[in-house]
Amino acid sequence: MALQSNLTSILGVVTSLLLTFIGLTAITFVIGRMMPADPVLAIVGDRASQEVYDQVYLQLGLDKPVYIQYLRYLEQLVEGDLGTSIMTAQPVLDDIIRFFPATLELATVATLLGIFVGIPMGVLAAVHQGRWPDHIVRVISLIGYSAPIFWLGMVGLLVFYANLGWVAGPGRLDVYYDGIVEPVTGVLMIDAAMSGEWDIFYNALSHLVLPATILGTFALAYIARMTRSFMLDQLSQEYILTARVKGMPERKVIWGHAFRNVLVQLITIIGLTYASLLEGSVLTETVFSWPGIGQYITNSLFNNDMNAVLGGTIVVGACFVGINMLSDLLYRLVDPRIR
Amino acid sequence: MTDSALLRVEDLHVTYNTPTGLVRAVSGVSFELGREKLGIVGESGSGKSQTGRAILGLTATGGTVSASRLEFKGTNLLNASERTMRQIRGRGISMIMQDPKYSLNPVMTVGYQIEEALLVHNRTSKRVARERTYEMLRAVKIREPERVYRAYPHEVSGGMGQRIMIAMMMIPEPDIIIADEPTSALDVTVQLQVLAVLDDMISERGMGLIFISHDLNLIASFCDRILIMYDGRVVEECTAAELDRAQHPYTQGLVNCLPRLDGGQDELPVLKRDPSWLTTPGATR
Amino acid sequence: MTTEATLRGWLLAEIPQSKLQARCQRVFIGWLDFKRNPIAMIGLLIIVGLVAIATLAPWITTSNGLELHLADRLKPPGSEHWFGTDELGRDILDRIIWGSRITLYIVALVSIIVVPIGLLIGTVAGYMGGWVDTVLMRLTDIFLAFPRLILAMALVAVLGRGLENAVLAIALTTWSPFARIARAEALTIRNSEFILAAQMQGISTVGILVRHVTPLCMSSVTVRLTLDMAGIILTAAGLGFLGLGAQPPTPEWGAMISLGRQYLIDQWWVPTIPGIAILVVSLGFNLLGDGLRDVLDPKSGN
Repeated sequence: MALQSNLTSILGVVTSLLLTFIGLTAITFVIGRMMPADPVLAIVGDRASQEVYDQVYLQLGLDKPVYIQYLRYLEQLVEGDLGTSIMTAQPVLDDIIRFFPATLELATVATLLGIFVGIPMGVLAAVHQGRWPDHIVRVISLIGYSAPIFWLGMVGLLVFYANLGWVAGPGRLDVYYDGIVEPVTGVLMIDAAMSGEWDIFYNALSHLVLPATILGTFALAYIARMTRSFMLDQLSQEYILTARVKGMPERKVIWGHAFRNVLVQLITIIGLTYASLLEGSVLTETVFSWPGIGQYITNSLFNNDMNAVLGGTIVVGACFVGINMLSDLLYRLVDPRIR
Repeated sequence: MTDSALLRVEDLHVTYNTPTGLVRAVSGVSFELGREKLGIVGESGSGKSQTGRAILGLTATGGTVSASRLEFKGTNLLNASERTMRQIRGRGISMIMQDPKYSLNPVMTVGYQIEEALLVHNRTSKRVARERTYEMLRAVKIREPERVYRAYPHEVSGGMGQRIMIAMMMIPEPDIIIADEPTSALDVTVQLQVLAVLDDMISERGMGLIFISHDLNLIASFCDRILIMYDGRVVEECTAAELDRAQHPYTQGLVNCLPRLDGGQDELPVLKRDPSWLTTPGATR
Repeated sequence: MTTEATLRGWLLAEIPQSKLQARCQRVFIGWLDFKRNPIAMIGLLIIVGLVAIATLAPWITTSNGLELHLADRLKPPGSEHWFGTDELGRDILDRIIWGSRITLYIVALVSIIVVPIGLLIGTVAGYMGGWVDTVLMRLTDIFLAFPRLILAMALVAVLGRGLENAVLAIALTTWSPFARIARAEALTIRNSEFILAAQMQGISTVGILVRHVTPLCMSSVTVRLTLDMAGIILTAAGLGFLGLGAQPPTPEWGAMISLGRQYLIDQWWVPTIPGIAILVVSLGFNLLGDGLRDVLDPKSGN
């Protein structure tokens, strides 16, 4: 019985997100059609003859009614065809695969930072509500998500790179080391460690530290704030009194009882954070010249490479949807009340 | 003053400092408790729950507790260290709360929570703890202890939840149990079952009970002695049998409010409150 | 009796004599509550300050922030130029003050677009229920699922760069939460008796939605709008930073940071100070929003 209802609810979640994703593609399709640029001209160039123009026009299926074009679009998406980039003349999907790991690297490290620093901060603030640890955490948190992230990145570069010299500057690697390591996973640090190139590893690390910390501050601010809010809510519940009546040490009451209930809700928050970091990296990557998908989309935008822009949008959008689905499923698995 | 008294409370005060002024939740409550069943009756805001919490040292933040004496088996609870208090909680004095929907941790199994209550005070193996838990569940008349052990709080009914609560609070074998409105969230039929279980366990183990409720009838039938509280102070103290001969007008009012099965009343009298009750000293020691 | 005393008396009277008085009383009591929260007051102060600066801009600035004074370029903060000058010799303080108008413009424009759309979709979905609800909520979810900045970028790429297009793009990505809130409220009161009474009076659905349902959503919507405003400003600044928002020489704060970026190391004030302005305003909205939520919706949050 439990298994059956479990499966139905999982199915429900998956269906719902599939529908959302389809909606997403509809929007990108519409945006694509709103382009002022003529897609045929973009391919054939403006010196092509009328016949060539007509040929390509038919090839692109532009004579068919809109919904057929949309279906064709979906078909292509499923096959992984995101069109060809005007800039690089490569399939957009290939380009994206090349750039994505850099963003993943940043977002993952930043999220981990947010989790391992933000959660204890939030718990600390909730336990000492109204006293100075609470105030400090709230201030840090507030500044963290009120500050424009690109500005924070710049200030970080100014202070920690230009003035203090503690970290390396923009870019993922010093130019000196470029191209030495075989990209196996695409994640530089893992690849460098795998091939034993330790000075490249440290170099990559020193480049990663600052942008990851900046993004991480943003994640930390949000996670700390939500953790605090959830913990305060739980600490006012009756079962906490029960735990104390049983004679449990306060540390166990906080982490063993209250936090257990918060953990479930934090799954959703962490999912949201990761997703919004994928987005926040757009700006951070610009400031740090980090060759990730954010840079890719931005550059494509300036080059009017619409295929690339839309392709990137769909991929990031799909990740968003995917992450939300994952955290939703995880939540259902972990919370006994829903099982 | 009897020597067999487990708990001695003298002139207990609990005050809260709120933005709108000082709130006196408990003003000068005194009583003694031996191995007997003491009932505390009062309406909402009379301070009865606050008294229970103060004894356990679990008054909410913002509240100050003071008393000329607050002793449990000779230990002064007022200036006891947190460590001492934690040893007393659960093993010396325990408390059953009103609604198992809220007073049990929703993400842990029932069995785990009961075991926890035992393991905090006893170093036994997990296997022994589990056995004791099953025993306890049987003692509160739960028929399939293994199944219930694995259940989560939202999966059990109100009556069962409250019996689980009783099991959890009795497993460390306390001397005193405080029951704060233990049946108020239950249906009438279930109430009687739960009370029967509670009664059995208390008599078997020779424990002291403080039964807090707003239901005078219930307390009169269940307890040996009764304390009537109004606005933070005790206005009357008597045995259950003597209730009809109550002195204080408030108590008389309460008794008169109870509808009687043998008729004789067209209208239920309305409880009159006299502000002078707040200032005249009550019938306390 | 002074007029102040009579006004206060009117506001605190036990039994209001008119609807207007009742409304004013509610606002006044809410205000008293709000005043007790010092953090929220700081937020209010900041926003009021922003409006004041924007309004008084022509009188408190020494220049219009647009003219070039190449002889004075890149001067550090000092007595003549409190925040220094930028790469074209323009006084940064003046540009920030003029830029505050743009910030307010963005805030106003986004609100005007987002709130009606959100209310409309949300109340209709919640009130009508059925397939209308499902379709509208699916639509809302889709926009909610989209990464805000990236969708805004894609839209700007298509619509062309410029402040209005950026605002439109932002608006299109931020209306979803308001629809959800409005729908939740509509669902709650859909079956209540006064709605039933209105229906029996023969008021049309539109009438009910506009005059009965919508006003009840306003407090939650207001709180949410204020809280989201900080994010909206940050997104707008982000678009400006990427060069997709207001175009030079308009003194939009995000664009100012972008243009000043190359001078970060040696003339740090050029890109840093506009960022501080953004931080302060964003902070202000966050604090104000938190305070409003505590007053209007105390059960959420803490």
